[in-house]
Amino acid sequence: MTSAVSFENVSRHFGAVRAVDAVDLDIRPGEFFAMLGPSGSGKTTCLRLIAGFEQPTGGSISIFGERAEGVPPYRRNVNTVFQDYALFPHLNVLDNVAYGLMVKGVSRAERGRQAEEALKLVQLPGYGARKPGQLSGGQRQRVALARALVNKPRVLLLDEPLGALDLKLRENMQEELKLLQRALGITFVFVTHDQGEALSMADRVAVFNDGRIMQVGAPQDIYERPQSRFVADFVGSSNVLPPEFVARHGGARRWASLRPEKIRLGEANGAGVSGTVRARSFLGATNRVTVEAEGVRLHAVVPAGLPLPDDGAETRLSWSPADLHLMEEA
Amino acid sequence: MRSDRNQSAPLGVKLAAAAGLLFLHLPILLIFVYAFTTEEKSYQWPPPGFTLDWLSVTWNRPDVWTALGLSVKVAVVSTTIALVLGTLCAAAVSGTKFFGREVVSLLVILPIALPGIITGIALRSAFNLADIPFSFWTIILGHATFCVVVVYNNAVARFRRTSGSLVEASMDLGADGFQTFRHVILPNIGTALLAGGMLAFALSFDEVIVTTFTAGQQQTLPIWMLEELVRPRQRPVTNVVAMVVVLVTFLPILAAYYLTREGDQVAGSGK
Repeated sequence: MTSAVSFENVSRHFGAVRAVDAVDLDIRPGEFFAMLGPSGSGKTTCLRLIAGFEQPTGGSISIFGERAEGVPPYRRNVNTVFQDYALFPHLNVLDNVAYGLMVKGVSRAERGRQAEEALKLVQLPGYGARKPGQLSGGQRQRVALARALVNKPRVLLLDEPLGALDLKLRENMQEELKLLQRALGITFVFVTHDQGEALSMADRVAVFNDGRIMQVGAPQDIYERPQSRFVADFVGSSNVLPPEFVARHGGARRWASLRPEKIRLGEANGAGVSGTVRARSFLGATNRVTVEAEGVRLHAVVPAGLPLPDDGAETRLSWSPADLHLMEEA
Repeated sequence: MRSDRNQSAPLGVKLAAAAGLLFLHLPILLIFVYAFTTEEKSYQWPPPGFTLDWLSVTWNRPDVWTALGLSVKVAVVSTTIALVLGTLCAAAVSGTKFFGREVVSLLVILPIALPGIITGIALRSAFNLADIPFSFWTIILGHATFCVVVVYNNAVARFRRTSGSLVEASMDLGADGFQTFRHVILPNIGTALLAGGMLAFALSFDEVIVTTFTAGQQQTLPIWMLEELVRPRQRPVTNVVAMVVVLVTFLPILAAYYLTREGDQVAGSGK
């Protein structure tokens, strides 16, 4: 099967800065693919390489089997939802959505019909006559989505599309995007720095750092079996345990990741590792307890309602050996 | 209270403001009044009588028409040159980052800060060195130096407010460079260009200093007026022409002011 997007040893260097460095990547047709990473990790540059706004300084990119280097953005069957939406302020919503059809020479009546349909798809029917300035952030985002989808792209690129929305709206849009992607069957490539967003929406996630891909896999894989300290720490703020600590407590002499919700807190004289409670914070459904044990700071997340040890109290941490995930990184 | 907006300003401030405005505009009104006086040899106050004759006298003077025609032609051509060069320059400076970008920006703006007499002398000696005879085109070159600045300033401000991702969005949706320029860039900078063009036109239309150095025997309207003041005959004709110049330059500037103000709202609303 041809990949929707395939990177072979792709680099994009800006002078001495290696924004993207020797990246190999295969995005499958019809999948919801997330590129996750901190800012400056190269994920947005990768997106721009697919869109055609950047050209690789090395390696080759193909989109559905066709070589993409040197092909300008306007000749790629790929559309983008921009971070700032980039709606044309001088055009009304309908003309914004119909823009791609207009430049392709579709007749006025036909593009009006298709644009109206696309607006219906993003649940903004009848908003065509308004100017972008009269819309809320969430509505602009939907218009940007409709404007891209109306062109029936084979790959839809989304650059932190939910970044500017408030929490409630963001959660709604996450669900909606997911449903839309299922219904349309278009390949979505989604850039985000929010690990929760990536894990909840994507079929597969690529974690970026320093211009390289650290790990690619299904959300559960990434979360439960991080291959490196960076991934463990960035995705879900896992406890990253040093080799000596792991060796003392039933593991090999390797770095390991232990998820905060896998740690149980017990009586001071029970089994497990003893430590001192340093801080507690209430997170709503859960409480997070910071414990210092043998010079390592560990976070434990316990469901709200369970009794909590006091600050400064001695406690014991325990976990089942299967939850201690040894990483490849030595 | 100071913060009370409904309280009117003290009388002293009002008087000072009125005096300031009078000082600025009374001389201009005087020019208008003398355009209708019956006394043709000297500016005598109060005017001995009023007449509309000077309008028809002016209308029938061929030298006025030649000067006016030249001024309009010069203003139109130099504004056109300024629109093309100013826009291109603004697009380059605001759209890309390159070494020496700020220097280029400063160098473009410099001619308007430079005293006109310096620009004039510089151009004149340059034309002499290059053996270029003075003509219509040397006047245009002189005017273009400051017209480009005006267009550039207007365009660069608008380009900076027009988000760069609009151009990318247009390309992304399948528009090539020309379509993007026509459907996205031009509508967004159009009013700024119109405003810049009108200001440039007005500046060129009443320019004296640079023109004195770069014109040969030809007379633009302001130069003609300057010469006419020395002659004692038919003085009010100059005033009639002055009145026309005020109207011809004032209207575009007013229009430019309103256009850019409106443009602010349009450009700001999309963000």
